[in-house]
Amino acid sequence: MREGRGEQIARWIVLTFLAAFVLTPLYVMVSSALKPLQDVQDNFTWIPSSLTFQAFIDMWSTVPLGQYLMNSLIVSSAAALFSVAIAVFAAFAISRYRFRGRGLFSVAVLSTQMFPGILFLLPLFLIYVNLGTATGIELYQTRLGLVITYLTFSLPFSIWMLVGYFDSIPRGLDEAAQVDGASPLRTLFTVILPTAVPGIVAVTVYAFMTAWGEVLFASIMTDESSRTLAVGLQAYSTQFQVYWNQVMAASLVVSVPVVAGFLALQRYFVAGLTAGAVK
Amino acid sequence: MNSPYGGPPRPRGVAVVQPRHSADVRPLAVEQPEPPRDPRSVARIRRRRRFHTRQLPYLLILPAVGLEIVIHVVPILVGMWMSLLELTQFHIQDWSTAPFVGLGNYTATLDFTSAAGKDLLHSFGITIVYTTLSVFLSWLFGTAAAVFLQRPFRGRALLRTLFLTPYALPVYAAVITWGFLFQRDTGLVNHVLVDQLGIGAGGDGGDRPFWLIGSNSFWALLVVSVWRMWPFAFLCLMAGLQNVPAELYEAAAIDGAGFWRRLTSVTLPALRPVNQVLLLVLFLWTFNDFNTPYVLFGGSAPREADLISIHIYNNSFSTWDFGTGSAMSVALLLFLLLVTAVYLMLTNRRRDHA
Repeated sequence: MREGRGEQIARWIVLTFLAAFVLTPLYVMVSSALKPLQDVQDNFTWIPSSLTFQAFIDMWSTVPLGQYLMNSLIVSSAAALFSVAIAVFAAFAISRYRFRGRGLFSVAVLSTQMFPGILFLLPLFLIYVNLGTATGIELYQTRLGLVITYLTFSLPFSIWMLVGYFDSIPRGLDEAAQVDGASPLRTLFTVILPTAVPGIVAVTVYAFMTAWGEVLFASIMTDESSRTLAVGLQAYSTQFQVYWNQVMAASLVVSVPVVAGFLALQRYFVAGLTAGAVK
Repeated sequence: MNSPYGGPPRPRGVAVVQPRHSADVRPLAVEQPEPPRDPRSVARIRRRRRFHTRQLPYLLILPAVGLEIVIHVVPILVGMWMSLLELTQFHIQDWSTAPFVGLGNYTATLDFTSAAGKDLLHSFGITIVYTTLSVFLSWLFGTAAAVFLQRPFRGRALLRTLFLTPYALPVYAAVITWGFLFQRDTGLVNHVLVDQLGIGAGGDGGDRPFWLIGSNSFWALLVVSVWRMWPFAFLCLMAGLQNVPAELYEAAAIDGAGFWRRLTSVTLPALRPVNQVLLLVLFLWTFNDFNTPYVLFGGSAPREADLISIHIYNNSFSTWDFGTGSAMSVALLLFLLLVTAVYLMLTNRRRDHA
């Protein structure tokens, strides 16, 4: 198939525009993080007057960034691990069994996307507060409350993607294991899970990213001791003076782990989406 | 979605032998190699097998379903109940004292002649325009990128990785960075527009326009939203394009179809199932978007960019009037349900006719 001259030019223009659009904020984030304070307080400049890592040192003391980072790490890791553990069983059931109510699954996944977060934020807030006063189980303003909330956010899509991966594993493998006398759970652990490792890793990263980036519930459900990065990073701009180089440095530092994880696994996300979406 | 799932339930106790590659092989319908002779153990094995096929799947989905019910369904039902109560700051500590007002909150919030009702209607209108533009642009960019990256060339993998980066970035990090770009005195946008191109002066902010307050804030919000959202469209469409059979393009090429013809006759029709879900999901996400305005404007959005989620949030938490806040949320959910139902009906009918 030959490519026309016009098509080549169109491609060049479109891709250049999109690349510039995507790159501009990323460039500003990285270059401003390396600028001395004077540079970001004056008129914007494309090129830093000098390069310094000072912002990466100062940012830890302007706001308690280390503590926010720790909270985010704990909350997101716990939410991701539990979410994936729960999703594996559910996806196995949906992929390998026929049972009443199974058809509701894809409808349920889509409808969870429909609920405005704000609709269950208010009740959940009041439920957590009242549960704390009534039973002593503190979910409001604790990391535990965030973990439980966040893991349910990533569950629907985690299950959706895992069903796709599991469906792509030939059933002949299961049957062989069962002929050897393996129970369904044993089949899941010894046959399916080892084959689906890339998919499971991708789903774990997705669940981690979901928790790492959540803002709405974090802004209501946390206090100073359980505050996550989503809220904590905004603390820089409530300071008397905004040190934009530190803000950019902090944004960069909290982005690198999730961006790296996502980009390293991008082809599994594409595979998972295809598998889940062609149904 | 015409899924092959969930046909009629099978009659009890009838083992169904399925062809090997059918989509619904029951794992335990496979015969054990050597049936034991002891009738008691035969009964036990049969019981266990029945457990494995009948109860086990429910047990496996129980944790997921249970959590979704506790964290999503119950709060939504509670929210619907709350919308019928006069749940102001005086009653939050003890709900039992909150008076039942029936549909009073709804008539109050949806009374578009009152000041609060006008504000809600304004916010709703802003959200509709914002969502329409953002979804259209995100879809357009995503499609363009996916189509132009279909053919292999040098640097394709690099561009694909770059285009996916905004989607992977935590929303607050991305939006805070954009907030810096939009700063009046130190931001890149004014530097480029005013200092380098010499345009944009004379608006709200004198020689340098404000971007995060006033009428420009809507456009600032839209740009950030598209920047965040289009990579997701790109990801989905790229995945969808991988399923388009290459023979279709070969056939089109033999027929002498040019770029435009291939796009409209092969690519877009093949992407229709992906687009059906993608546009719906983009619409729902954008319409409910809270994070972008909340982080970009630091909590309270200017009137020109007062999206519905942030409007309800500020109404609830600044006045501690959870009753009317819940009524607005429920009304929003009903609206989204209606739009989704109509959309799925229309698109499914079109697909059936196609």
